[in-house]
Amino acid sequence: MGYWKEIVEGGWSLVEGMRVTVRRLCRPVVTVQYPRKQLNLSPAYRGHIEFKRFPDTGTHKCIACGACQRACPSHVIKVQGVKAHLNSAKTATHYFIDFSRCSLCGLCVETCPTKTLQYSREYELEGESRLDSIVDLMARLEQRNS
Amino acid sequence: MGSLVTSEWFRLVLGLVIVLAFSQLNALFLVWLERKVAGHIQLRIGPKEVGPFGLLQTIVDGLKLVGKELITPRSADSRLFPIAPVLVFMPVLVGFLVLPFAPNLIIRDMNVGVLLIFAFSAFTVLAILAGGWASNNKYALLGAIRSVAQNVAYEIPLLLAVLSVVLMVNSFQFSEIVKGQERVWFFLIQPVAALIYLICATAETNRAPFDIPEAESELVAGFHTEFSGMRFGLFFLAEYTNMFIVSAVATSLFFGGWHGPFGLDLGVPGIVWFLAKTYVLIFVIMWVRWTFPRLRFDQLMNLSWKFMIPLSLANLVVTAIVLKLV
Amino acid sequence: MPKPITPPAVDRVYTLNLGPQHPSTHGVLRVLLDLDGEFIVKADPVLGYGHRGHEKMGENRTYKQFMPNTSRMDYLSGLLYNHGFALAVEKFAGIEVPLRAKYIRTICAELNRISSHLLWFGTYVMDLGGFTPFLYAFDDRENILDILDRVSGSRLTYSYCRFGGVCRDVDDTFLEMTRAFIGRLRSRFPDYHNLVTKNIIFIHRTRNVGVIHPEQARQFGVTGPNLRACGIPFDMRKVEPYEIYDQFDFEIPVGTNGDALDRYNVRLEEMEQSCRIIEQALDRMPKGGPYLNKSVSFRLAPPKGELYFAFESARGLTAYYLVSDGSPYPYRCHIRVPSFSNLHVLTDVFCGTMVADAISILGSIDVVIPEIDR
Repeated sequence: MGYWKEIVEGGWSLVEGMRVTVRRLCRPVVTVQYPRKQLNLSPAYRGHIEFKRFPDTGTHKCIACGACQRACPSHVIKVQGVKAHLNSAKTATHYFIDFSRCSLCGLCVETCPTKTLQYSREYELEGESRLDSIVDLMARLEQRNS
Repeated sequence: MGSLVTSEWFRLVLGLVIVLAFSQLNALFLVWLERKVAGHIQLRIGPKEVGPFGLLQTIVDGLKLVGKELITPRSADSRLFPIAPVLVFMPVLVGFLVLPFAPNLIIRDMNVGVLLIFAFSAFTVLAILAGGWASNNKYALLGAIRSVAQNVAYEIPLLLAVLSVVLMVNSFQFSEIVKGQERVWFFLIQPVAALIYLICATAETNRAPFDIPEAESELVAGFHTEFSGMRFGLFFLAEYTNMFIVSAVATSLFFGGWHGPFGLDLGVPGIVWFLAKTYVLIFVIMWVRWTFPRLRFDQLMNLSWKFMIPLSLANLVVTAIVLKLV
Repeated sequence: MPKPITPPAVDRVYTLNLGPQHPSTHGVLRVLLDLDGEFIVKADPVLGYGHRGHEKMGENRTYKQFMPNTSRMDYLSGLLYNHGFALAVEKFAGIEVPLRAKYIRTICAELNRISSHLLWFGTYVMDLGGFTPFLYAFDDRENILDILDRVSGSRLTYSYCRFGGVCRDVDDTFLEMTRAFIGRLRSRFPDYHNLVTKNIIFIHRTRNVGVIHPEQARQFGVTGPNLRACGIPFDMRKVEPYEIYDQFDFEIPVGTNGDALDRYNVRLEEMEQSCRIIEQALDRMPKGGPYLNKSVSFRLAPPKGELYFAFESARGLTAYYLVSDGSPYPYRCHIRVPSFSNLHVLTDVFCGTMVADAISILGSIDVVIPEIDR
C-alpha cells in the first residue's frame, strides 16, 4: 500500500510546488534595475574615508599625529604634516589612502583624536590601474569646498 | 512554370526553407520565453535591455556565439567532434515535415507521420552520445552514457502511450488523428496516456527535472561541456526545437491539434489554435523546470521501469480491450 | 557504521577530478573521486586553494587589528566570527561589556545565523537542480543584509563587534525592521515547505543519503547542525552558554538518522529557533545605556597565558586559541573551524554513493572553503 500512497502523495506534493511558483509568477518583481534606479544607502554605509569639514574652521582638523596610520591593519594610510612655525600645532599637508587594500574596518575613524575622519558615500568607483585606487583626501576636501 | 509551382519537389524545397527559418526563430523566441518565465517565477525581470521586452536579447546572444572561437580539445576525436552538433540538429528539422499545423498546412502528410517523428527523435541520442564520446572528457562521457540509458528507458513508455492513441484512430497519420478529435480531445479519453506522454517527453528532451545528462551541478555541462561557440549554440537550439516538437506532437495527439475545444472553433483559424496549445504546453514544461529539483539517475530509471512502463502497458491493454468491446 | 563495499577490479576504477573549478563545490574545493561507473570508491578532498594565512596574520597584528580578518574566514557568518573573537578577547583581557551591547550583538549574530542558513538552503536546493528556491532564499536574505547594513554599514564582512561592545548603536528603525523581518520569514516558511521540504523528488534525493553515524561524527569531530542531525543535542549556546544565551528560552533541534534530510530539517528548525531568540532579545533589550566600553586601549595587551574560547557559528563549534606573551600582539592565534572536520567525514561517507549523491552530501554538509583554508 505504501507504494501507491507514495505515488499519490508525491504527485500531490509536485502540484503544491507548482502552485507556489505560479503564484510568484503573478507577483511583482523584487529586483531593482540598478543603473536606472538606485537604492538609498544605509546611514552607516562605509565608503573610503574622507575629511570632515568643520564649520568653525572651514577645513579639516587633521594634526598629522599618525594614529590612523598606526591603527590601520593593512598600512593603507600615508599622512604627512608640517608645523607652520616652531610652537604652532602640526597640520596635515598630505593624506593619501590606497583604497584597493582597505578592508573598511573603521579603526582609523575610531582612533582619530580630533574626529576629523568620516566615511564617504562613494560606491561607484572604477579605475583603469591600481594607481586609480589611491585617494587624495586633501584634494577631495578642496573639491568639496569649491 | 505552373507545373513547377505545383510539383512535389517545389513544395518540399519551399517547406524546408520555411521550416529552417521558422525553427530557428522559434527556438530563439523560446529561449527568450524561458528566460522571461524563469525571471518572473523568481521575482526577477529577465532580459529587458535589447529590443522591446528584451526580445532581441537571444539574437544578440546568438550573434555572440557565432563570433566565438570553435575550440576543439587536443585529445578530442577530431572527426566526430565537429559532426555531433550538426547531427543533433538535423533530425529535429525532419520532425517539422509531418507536423499538422492546420488542415492545409502540413508539408508532407505521410501515413506514418507519427512513426517518422519518433524514429528521428530517437536519433538525437546518437548525436549526444557522439558528442559526449568525442569530447574525451569524463563529465561529457558520463553525461552521454546517462543520456543513452535515459532515452532507452523513456522511449518505451512514450511509444506505448502514443500507441494507445493510434489504436483508437487506427492510423499513424497526423491528419487522421487530429480529425478524430473534432468533438472530444483525446486527453479526456486517455488521461493516463497523456500524462505519461508529457512526462516522457520532458525526459526525452532532457529537460528538468530529468536533465541528468547535462546536470550542471554534477557534470558541469554534461555532454556539451567541451563544445564552444555555435557548436554549443546548435545543441542549445536543438533542445528548444525539440521541446517545440514534442509539445506540438502532444497537441496533435492529445489536445485536438487545430481544433478548438469541443468542436467550437470560435472563428479562430486552426493554426492559431495549434500554436496556442503548443506554447501553453511549452510553458508548462518551463514551469516544471523552474519548480523542481533534479532526480537522481537510478531514481529516474526506477520511475521509468517500475512505474511508467507497467502503467503505460496496462493503459494500452485496457484501451485495446475497451475498443474491442465497444 | 556503513557497510564497506567490495573493492572493484582495479582496471575499472577511474579518477574524476571534482573541482577546484566546479559549479557545486562552493568555492575552490577539489575532491578526487575514484569511480567505478557512477559509484564512488574513494574520495580524497584536496584543500588549500584559498589559503591566505589568517593565523599568521594574527601574530603580526594587534588584537583590534585582527578583527576585520575574522569575518573574512567564514564570509557567510562573518558577524558570528566577529562576535566570537570579541568574546574571546574580552574574556582574555577581562573587559566589561555593557548589557545593551550584549543584546545588540546577540540579535545581530542570530540574524547572521539565519542569513547563513538561508543561503545554505538556497544553494543546497540549487545543487539538487532546483533553481527557484535559491532566488526566494536570497530575497529573504536580502532583508537581513539590509538590516545589518543599516547598523554596521556592510553587507557581508561586517567588522561590527568591538572589544567591549559594538561599533555603532542601533536605532528604533532597526528594531522595527527586525520584528518585521521575523514575521515575514515565518510567513515564508510554508512556501518553502510546499516547494522543497514536501517535494517528493527532494525527499528522495536526501532521505538516507549521506548518513553520518554518531560514532563516525565523534571520530571526525563533526559539529554543528551536522552533528545535531545525528541525534546529539550538542550546541555551544546550550552546553557552555556564552554572552547571554543562558537567559533565552530556545530549543536545540535534533534529527534521528543523520542523513541529508535530517540536516536540512535541523537547519530549517534552527532558523525558527533563532527567530525565537531574536524576539526575546528584542523584548528585553535595555532602552538606553552605552553600547560600547570605550576604555579599551588600541594596544590592548592581555596578561601572559593562553585562552581557548569556543562558540557556535552557523556551521558548528568554532574556537579561538590565543596565546599571549604579555605584548599587544598575540604570540599564537589559532582558529578551530568547523568546516574542516565536517568536510573530512566525507572521505568515509562518500564511499559507495553515486556522483549525484556526492553533490547532495557535499551540499548538505554546508562547508565554506575559505574557512577551511583560512
